[in-house]
Amino acid sequence: MDAAISCMDLRKQFDDIMAVDGVSLSIRPGEVFGVVGPDGAGKTTLIRMLCRIIEPSSGSANVLGARIPQQVDRVISNLGYMSQRFSLYGDLTVAENINFFAEIHEVPRRDLQERTQRLLRASRLEPFRTRQAQNLSGGMKQKLALVCTLIHTPKVLFLDEPTTGVDPISRRDFWQILYGLVADGMTLFVSTPYMDEADRCQRLALMNRGRLLTCDTPANLRSKMTRTVIEVDAPDPRVAAPLLSKQDGILAVEAFGHRLHATAARTVDIGQLRASLEAGGVQVDDMRIVAPSLEDAFIASLEESNSGG
Amino acid sequence: MAEFEIECKDLTKRFGAFTAVDGVSFGVRKGEIFGFLGPNGCGKSTTIRMVCGLISPTSGAAFVGGLDATNEAESIRQRIGYMSQKFSLYDDLTVAENLEFFAGIYGIRGTARKNRMSEVMALIDLTPYRKALVASLSTGLRQRLALGASILHSPEILILDEPTSGVDPLSRRRLWNLINDLAIRGATVLVTTHAMDEAEHCHRVTMMQSGHLVCTGSPTELRASQITGTVYTVDCAPLFKALNVAISIPGVADASVLGSRLHVRVEDGKLTSDTLQTTLTASGITVSSVGPGEPTLEDVFVAVAGEAA
Repeated sequence: MDAAISCMDLRKQFDDIMAVDGVSLSIRPGEVFGVVGPDGAGKTTLIRMLCRIIEPSSGSANVLGARIPQQVDRVISNLGYMSQRFSLYGDLTVAENINFFAEIHEVPRRDLQERTQRLLRASRLEPFRTRQAQNLSGGMKQKLALVCTLIHTPKVLFLDEPTTGVDPISRRDFWQILYGLVADGMTLFVSTPYMDEADRCQRLALMNRGRLLTCDTPANLRSKMTRTVIEVDAPDPRVAAPLLSKQDGILAVEAFGHRLHATAARTVDIGQLRASLEAGGVQVDDMRIVAPSLEDAFIASLEESNSGG
Repeated sequence: MAEFEIECKDLTKRFGAFTAVDGVSFGVRKGEIFGFLGPNGCGKSTTIRMVCGLISPTSGAAFVGGLDATNEAESIRQRIGYMSQKFSLYDDLTVAENLEFFAGIYGIRGTARKNRMSEVMALIDLTPYRKALVASLSTGLRQRLALGASILHSPEILILDEPTSGVDPLSRRRLWNLINDLAIRGATVLVTTHAMDEAEHCHRVTMMQSGHLVCTGSPTELRASQITGTVYTVDCAPLFKALNVAISIPGVADASVLGSRLHVRVEDGKLTSDTLQTTLTASGITVSSVGPGEPTLEDVFVAVAGEAA
């Protein structure tokens, strides 16, 4: 089958800012596709163009075979979109909110009860169905928003930073619901500031200043990174960190509790690095090269792109 | 000097019949970054408010720098820098004007104010933005400014409530480098977060659930002590169907998706990697490899929260 979501040279200009600057993508049906990038990278604008909320300045987009925005009416009942600030009705109960969104999306009455039941169970919100939305915890509100977004069983779902401020348990529930739907064929397009969340995506696009820097699987993004990350166990990181950051080829040093992570431009001779730290009076218990995290890979490509232009 | 800069002894807070914080005891040493984790509504904020002397405990006590938080709230507030996710900056004032305003509140005047402002401005690296309106700043820059405003009075103790919520990865790394710098200079840091990869920056973390602390230790200790069973990394397809299958296999304690692989925790002695592979294959999953995996902090969180619930 053709791509579920695709776009070609998509651009959006707001006054003198090019919010999205020539983005081309192709996402398979049933794929979990993530977008990460700093604030102002253009993630939200891209999502909004793909689900026809704003019109592109130029370029083309296609969702489920329909040109967006021209032919959106053909597929609108198959699209779901949840923004960062999804509006629930605080003074309505959980069940009433779901019914409200079901009506907007014209969900047939005969399907509603079964769907509501299934989504409430999956989100573990069943015991709270008569509670007012304003009295739910942050994580529960977010799960309810997702349930409302899913009540019309969209085939393509766009989520814009869906779990900001949500605790890990609720977040896991949230993703568990999504995986179930993806296993049934739904395509998911999600933007996130969390790297562990990005790691749940099958493919990931990194955006900066409106442009797509790179797009690949999380594993390939890590292995493509040319920088080396060295982990140092030093009993006194306060003394070790400043000296480590002055060593030849070291770009940055970060503290993780009692461990230090040094990023080097290329490969490093560990023995030599250790010797020069010890010569400087720093005690080193252990030192090793570790696999870069997704965050390391992301920051490397961001810094390379910023320095390149 | 007291052993701990922040200490809670059997701290309890009841609201009517509801016990929000139930016999909480912990201590944070000088220069330590102590992470406070837990789902929304677990009692973290109530604990923090008692530590700051904003509300009184029903029983037990909190001490800050050796002072009783209830009786000496005024002097404690001078020693604490508090920054929350919704720190009130003035949108229609510039960066410099905001710092000036907060310096005024802390009673820093004249040359001292001028010196301290440039010092803080340099530390948070916002000097180029000094004349920018706060309304025009990205979330990452705002949070750095908020942190700057909360340390103008050179507090020895920092209490940071979800300081990086909604902040992009690059800004988050800079914010954490800043927090580390402050700790290296001797500040004691109590920080709440929902991002498990961020908890790795802490020397020690504690996890709170329904008003109780369920475990405390360094991230490495918790991964080693709180996780029972064995963790496997499974390379397989289709991934999301595999997840649904894995969760229902008897002996599987928990399963999730991590970097396009399946991350499976099995109960002690219940399943070998061979049986896991055979069972998945029998359900129509193509398994290319089953290897040893490392437990994550999220695993710890899910495991202890699951048991305590």
